[in-house]
Amino acid sequence: MFPVIQVGPLAIQAAGLFVIVAVYVGVMLSSRRADQAGVKAETLENLIVSGLMGFLAGGRVLFALQHWSSFRASPLDLLSPNPALFDVAGGMGIGALTVLIFGRRKGLALWPTLDALTPFLATLMVGVGLAHLADGSAFGRETTLPWGIELHGAVRHPSQVYEVATALFILWWVGLRRAAGPAGMRFLNFVVWTAGAWLFLEAFRGDSTLILGGIRLEQVVAWAVLALGLAGRGSIIGRKDDGERQEESRR
Amino acid sequence: MQRRWMDVVILIVGLVWIGLSVDRSGSATAGRIPAPQAGFLAPAWELPAQDGGTIALADWRGQAVIVNFWASWCGPCRLEMPAFQRVYEEYGDRGLTILAVNATWQDSRRAMQSFVEEHGLTFPVALDEEGRVSRLYRVSALPTTFFIGPDGVISKVVIGGPLAEATLRTEVERLLQEVR
Repeated sequence: MFPVIQVGPLAIQAAGLFVIVAVYVGVMLSSRRADQAGVKAETLENLIVSGLMGFLAGGRVLFALQHWSSFRASPLDLLSPNPALFDVAGGMGIGALTVLIFGRRKGLALWPTLDALTPFLATLMVGVGLAHLADGSAFGRETTLPWGIELHGAVRHPSQVYEVATALFILWWVGLRRAAGPAGMRFLNFVVWTAGAWLFLEAFRGDSTLILGGIRLEQVVAWAVLALGLAGRGSIIGRKDDGERQEESRR
Repeated sequence: MQRRWMDVVILIVGLVWIGLSVDRSGSATAGRIPAPQAGFLAPAWELPAQDGGTIALADWRGQAVIVNFWASWCGPCRLEMPAFQRVYEEYGDRGLTILAVNATWQDSRRAMQSFVEEHGLTFPVALDEEGRVSRLYRVSALPTTFFIGPDGVISKVVIGGPLAEATLRTEVERLLQEVR
């Protein structure tokens, strides 16, 4: 683990750096492939930037609202770069809402836009995996397997390595290959693959939230997301098949 | 149609996998293993105190504890220390302890002493003269702050600084709820 990269007197948080680099690379990859999905590269970049702004501002404001008493003595901390003062889930919600409003205003079609965003999201997942690897979080459960790594006082599954390898595979398989199929398929394939990988890999984690006698809560959430992704994919394919049948009967 | 059946099979396999992954022993064994990481038991240490005697982390089990590694030459440590003092004055009698571990192996005793006097620190200051505890806690940058719950488990690690006072207050209030 390497939580800090020392550059002269400057101590850079490696986890944050990986996420920032992933955002940058993800924007590049998505904007290069935006035309394939029928979205203007510039519009897509603006969409991502607006989503990021919504995420950052929303996450901080929601955190401050929940812990207002902590900010009363030092209101300027609202502008602090400290990432601990952040509601990640709330930020994601506001970020998604911002993207939705921006997309509506620009008249962007939902599925092609989500397809265009997929390389960005897939790259972000790689960055998150690297961040986990850097700071030693999302660690594996104890194992006697030969590839176990010594971490946090025990030999553990290298869960962060599994995570990065899987995210890289999904980035290549779903995010970067030329898309075939109706609009929305690239994005929904990303959702299905990511949820499936999460469901599988969570079994090797040592920090799962356990419910009802040892069921891993994260796996239940991943299963639900997988089911939604599969249902969405089924619906798109069903509509496409119906359209083709109608076209054939007209002939 | 075949594709729909495939999706159903995938979901059933997923449910079976969830069943196979059930962890009856409790996968979160971290709280019983000492390691300088959030979710793990804070490694035990004992160091000489700046004003004589010794300071042992174990003596504060049952309280909310902040362990802050610092040095007098460290700019961010200088900037964040007044906030630590203010928070200690406000929450000290409600079950909060701040243990400031001076990286004495990288500092001088005289500079450390004048730093403590300059900032009027009233919480215990421990002297890590050989860097043993800094290594035990894998401190790679100063300041580094560990927030420890009454059960001795680390709830948060903040590497670098200066720490925002709001972060301190938020974490302290959360830990003090566990104390109650």
